[in-house]
Amino acid sequence: MPDSFIPTSAELLRILPEIILVLAATLIMVLAPLVKGREQNALGYVSLYGLVAALAAALSGYFDPGPAFHQLILVDGFATYFRVLVIFAGILTTLASYQYLRREDADSGEYYALLLFSVSGQSLMAASNDLIMIFIGLEISSLASYVMAGFLRNRAQAIEAALKYFLLGSFATAFLLYGVAWIYGITGSTYLLTIRSVFERGAQTPGILLAGAAAALIFVGFAFKVAAWPFQSWAPDVYQGAPVPVAAFLSAGPKAAAFAVFVRVFVTALGPIGGRWEPLFWLSALATMLIGNFAALVQTNIKRLLAYSSIAHAGYVLVAMTAHSEIGTAAVMFYMAAYVLMNVGAFAVVAHVCGRQERFVELEDFAGLGERQPVSAALLTVFLLSLIGVPLTAGFFGKFYIFRAALQADLVWLTVLGLLASAVAAYYYLRIIVIMYMHQPAESAAELPPLRGALGAAVWISAAGTLVLGIFPSLILNFAGNSALLAR
Amino acid sequence: MPEGYLPIFIYLICAILFPIVLLGLAKLVRPSLPGQVKSEAYECGIQAASNARGRYTVRFYIIAILFVIFDVETIFLYPWAVRHQKLGWFGVAEVTVFLLILIVGYIWAYRKGALEWV
Repeated sequence: MPDSFIPTSAELLRILPEIILVLAATLIMVLAPLVKGREQNALGYVSLYGLVAALAAALSGYFDPGPAFHQLILVDGFATYFRVLVIFAGILTTLASYQYLRREDADSGEYYALLLFSVSGQSLMAASNDLIMIFIGLEISSLASYVMAGFLRNRAQAIEAALKYFLLGSFATAFLLYGVAWIYGITGSTYLLTIRSVFERGAQTPGILLAGAAAALIFVGFAFKVAAWPFQSWAPDVYQGAPVPVAAFLSAGPKAAAFAVFVRVFVTALGPIGGRWEPLFWLSALATMLIGNFAALVQTNIKRLLAYSSIAHAGYVLVAMTAHSEIGTAAVMFYMAAYVLMNVGAFAVVAHVCGRQERFVELEDFAGLGERQPVSAALLTVFLLSLIGVPLTAGFFGKFYIFRAALQADLVWLTVLGLLASAVAAYYYLRIIVIMYMHQPAESAAELPPLRGALGAAVWISAAGTLVLGIFPSLILNFAGNSALLAR
Repeated sequence: MPEGYLPIFIYLICAILFPIVLLGLAKLVRPSLPGQVKSEAYECGIQAASNARGRYTVRFYIIAILFVIFDVETIFLYPWAVRHQKLGWFGVAEVTVFLLILIVGYIWAYRKGALEWV
């Protein structure tokens, strides 16, 4: 047994965010049975403090980059970026959940513990440098989020959502694992850099003909997690059935982490055989954009509409991945940040408006929101404009960088079709704004409390982030650009 | 192309054909007289009381899950026990962390009343 088996303190520091998250989650699990009923809501503070500490640890990890645990973990700019992003998504979800759980009489510590476990898995994914480690991170993240989707277990829809998510998710993970096995069979390694160096030998690599099939199998696993065509069908049902804050989380954290490993596996490890998987991504990106945007046109339920919109946004990100260049990677990074802010923000506003037992989630329930709740309506308008991609919002620069990256990679047709698809998207986002400001509220319209407290903080932070990134994109774009050069 | 698989292939064909041919022949030859008595348990065994896919209390499920968790825990202790000499205090520390997480889960399940049989 070599002495190096024992991790050094520097190595332990590199997984400090995950350690903090797991410790905080375990602490909540211990405290949860001790605290009675509604007071469990206070455990949300533990969750919040844990996440903030993990955020600080993730940021400080950037100043001491390097591998850990026999190269299984690699802390670099890219890993730090996505770690901060998923932990930030966790913070926003915690803030958005607090009042929601109280309203549903579902105050519970386990909710926050599951959230923290899920975030720790995503954070691990962002930093992993080995296919097995990616798989472990993915499972930690998924298992917790399956439970979260069905957290309000008295609601039939939530059970349906959780069951669909679990069955389809575990099936997709099996594909991923099979793909990993194929890659191991071809290259003899699960370590991303070794896989890359084997594939760099090109046609001399034995079994290179199977590499495309292996890439396709891995693609299945990741495409499911990001809800890309042809594995998008679970997303609307799950987002609709899950509690609104959980839907916000599922559309942000797991997706950002899945895109992080998506990029790492395909750009780093499978980069040399890019020609083999590029057509697959091309087709999937186009179909995802078209299906997401056209299906969203006919939705009447806001959660379902946002689910289809999040499918469409996964399609835009896939456009940048099809380019598989450094600019493309930077565009993916920037877009995910913009997407997390605007999407969680939009869901948080829905969590505010939907009322007890989510009675008001139809589009018509938003009628007259501009008069009833000027602040909520204005903030939701910001998020929707950002989702459209209107200038001065984060969504505009996100789309701009993605399609610029696609053009530089000579993906002219994909760019043209993608821009047309995103023009379609403007219709259904604007329809919500029209309903909010121009339709008269129904007689039965809900009496809403003002938007404040933790939920208000989540919405305001998201809105501020959306606008700041829209006006000063260089704040994080430079960082993304510098970090996009992945380990080779 | 791997060599020497032809006998195995022939063997596979034989193995597939053997039951098909035998059962097919038997089906052709034997008389078919189904009846109530023939479907019942023969001499030994008790009469079926209800459907085997009936519903039973969820507590069995919780106990079974808890059993699996702590069963798997023991399996994970074996590699450490075998390599205990070489791993030394580092191994002890690692196993302690592992067990602590599980014990927290155990306490949680206990406090939640998962182990009580009402």
